[in-house]
Amino acid sequence: MTTQPKTAFVKVGDTIPALTTEPITRTTLALYAGASGDHNPMHIDSDFAKRAGESDVFAHGMLSMAYLSRALLGYAPQSAVRSFGVRFASIVRVGEQVTCTGQVVEVFQANGETRAKLDLTATTSKGVVALKGEAVIALG
Amino acid sequence: MPIDRTTFLGYELPPHSMTVDAWRLSFFAKAIGETDPIYSDLAAAKTAGHPGIPLPPTMIFCMEQGRPNAYKLMDDMGIDISRILHGEQHFAYHKPVYAGDTLTFATKITDIYDKKGGALEFFVRSTRVTNQDRALVAENRGVVVIRNLA
Repeated sequence: MTTQPKTAFVKVGDTIPALTTEPITRTTLALYAGASGDHNPMHIDSDFAKRAGESDVFAHGMLSMAYLSRALLGYAPQSAVRSFGVRFASIVRVGEQVTCTGQVVEVFQANGETRAKLDLTATTSKGVVALKGEAVIALG
Repeated sequence: MPIDRTTFLGYELPPHSMTVDAWRLSFFAKAIGETDPIYSDLAAAKTAGHPGIPLPPTMIFCMEQGRPNAYKLMDDMGIDISRILHGEQHFAYHKPVYAGDTLTFATKITDIYDKKGGALEFFVRSTRVTNQDRALVAENRGVVVIRNLA
């Protein structure tokens, strides 16, 4: 279980433990479609995706955001997370792995607590940035 | 076809409510590769000090989209779902949510704009999430991108 990072030990430039996923398979996407409730066929039906002009199905953006959340929760417990947001920069395709990284960019006071802002990035195994995000966590 | 801004800017979806289901949380944990047992096992969650299994950070979006026929809005707006991409998603968290909580989602279209001479259209979906005690637990903001055909 992750413990809340302490103000005394957190400084700008600190990095969070990186997380690299297994290659994304059609099974990954089918499971995510079922669990998330997002049944858009662009993610699970290759025939549909090809008719729409794509080379194949591609991953739900929210799956990559969930991977990024796992990396975040490897650094701070969920009870400390005040906000979390991403911009989806490019599509993640079947067969690719996603590597999630992050670092502290600011430590500040808000609402009577010390908080840290993290820049977060998800990069595919082809070296393409798929997600750029940020999170604010409360420090202990 | 451009989105009808007169109709849809400021449009409020009918609120929907949904109870967080423990089985679904364990399915979600499996789907995203989350192995921390607090997200699938009640005993582990309680040992870690939680009253129940926590809703993981991004799943509040799945609950938001959990209304019957989630893509009806796109149909009503005349959007082909094979042309959409998720542009951005943001969450502000105010209170923890656990399995067994009942959440109510109030969603409004708060912005519509386009880029590249209309080749890309965007709409912003802002949602207030409250629990069974009417407490605000989260605010979700998502941007949907529509890739219009040239």
